[in-house]
Amino acid sequence: MAPLLNVSGLHAWYGESHVLHGVDLHVDQGEMICILGRNGMGKTTTLRTIMGLLRKRTGQITLGGQDLMTMPLHRTAHAGLGFVPEERGIFATLTVEENMMLPPVVASGGMELDEIYELFPNLKERRNSPGTKLSGGEQQMLAMARILRTGANCILLDEPTEGLAPVIIQRIGEVLIKLKSRGMTVVLVEQNFRFASKIADRFYLMDHGQMVAEFPVGDLPNRMEFLNKELGV
Amino acid sequence: MMTILGVPLQALLGQLLVGLINGSFYALLSLGLAVIFGLLRVINFAHGALYMLGAFTALLLLTHLGLGYWFALILAPLIVGVFGAVVERTMLSRLYKLDHLYGLLFTFGLALTIEGTFRYYFGASGQPYSVPSALQGGTNLGFMFLPIYRGWVVIASLVVCVGVWVLIEKTRLGAYLRAATENATLVQSFGINVPLLLTLTYALGAALAGLAGVLAAPIYQVSPLMGTNLIIIVFAVVVVGGMGSIMGAIVTGYMLGIAEGLTKVFYPEASNIVIFVIMAIVLILRPAGLFGKDA
Repeated sequence: MAPLLNVSGLHAWYGESHVLHGVDLHVDQGEMICILGRNGMGKTTTLRTIMGLLRKRTGQITLGGQDLMTMPLHRTAHAGLGFVPEERGIFATLTVEENMMLPPVVASGGMELDEIYELFPNLKERRNSPGTKLSGGEQQMLAMARILRTGANCILLDEPTEGLAPVIIQRIGEVLIKLKSRGMTVVLVEQNFRFASKIADRFYLMDHGQMVAEFPVGDLPNRMEFLNKELGV
Repeated sequence: MMTILGVPLQALLGQLLVGLINGSFYALLSLGLAVIFGLLRVINFAHGALYMLGAFTALLLLTHLGLGYWFALILAPLIVGVFGAVVERTMLSRLYKLDHLYGLLFTFGLALTIEGTFRYYFGASGQPYSVPSALQGGTNLGFMFLPIYRGWVVIASLVVCVGVWVLIEKTRLGAYLRAATENATLVQSFGINVPLLLTLTYALGAALAGLAGVLAAPIYQVSPLMGTNLIIIVFAVVVVGGMGSIMGAIVTGYMLGIAEGLTKVFYPEASNIVIFVIMAIVLILRPAGLFGKDA
């Protein structure tokens, strides 16, 4: 079976600065992969470039056979790709529910609002508050929840646990496991590989704008020493 | 006769009404400017020209097609709105990637071009546009005489301002607009056609200016330069209200209109500068404006 998301030879630039140097990665339908790497190695940039937020790029990106390279930014979501940015991107002038309803539904099979509120009861309680009055953890859940509503079948998730308390991180882990059981395809960027090891199927290690290693979750125990050294933890 | 602070009540209320009417135009125009600035980050210097275009459209609809005020009230904003959409799509949108200063320079040039063209064809003097028959005459409120048309302008502008506020604050389209004002790229990555949203926003702002022009035609006469003087005051209104604040633009528009009217009663010499004095004070005390977010 061809991978759902296929990226090959992806280069990208911030202005004159060449930041991705031929990234190759593939994700199968229903698979959850995790990109590991130290700060500044190009993990976030990889997600932003796949999404089309970074337009100065060459190489190939396909999603379910559709070419994303030539697609305008506002069409990419309609191809079935959802993006949860690292900074969460919750809108201060919108209520929680307005934030939730903002992204248009792009395909059937997304979660209904009731279903989302069941998964995230806090958001229901605070539906009429301004989006940025939520706690960091709630904002992260809102950022994920609003993409789940759209019916996107592949989600790019950038450091969902960053700066959050362990109990919230655990909650986010539960949500991701639930999503996986629904057949959601996820590309996760995460520094916390102990968190990622509980949910991801496969790992990529990124260094200086390239993927330097790829291994399934089962190989993780053998690689601990290598990873600790590479990630500097 | 009753007096307040030595001023006859009638003079006071008369100027209050004049202030309210001027304030209606300030509110409609600064609302459009605020909507455009909020999303496009363009200081639309062409706003006065669009207002003039609205008034001239009403006049030309009447003289060339025999379509009266009520048709003009619907058609002129539509025509000016479409004109705005075409300007945004074909010209203004090319400048978004550059410094915002270019948008300002472009709209300034556009205003000069539009006003110059109309001046060439119609001369600089004003042309009368009569009050529609249904709104002629006046009514005696007991304490003062109220020309019906002026009352209509105040009510119509209030209804439109509230309508636009509801559109922006309470609807799905408004949520797109508010979100895009905060982070257009992210909104676009959600699959919303932001370039189209920008075009519609400029068109909305232009249509509001056009509507103000039609409302103004029977009061101020129709002249190619009618927007030139007004626009400077309207910029002051937007600055006082807080750049990009919708509610700020509306409330400040009426407030400054009334302040100007009252100044005419108590110290007429200052009435032309009072708005700018208020602007200076507000800028010193609250640089983000009365309704601005950073204050």
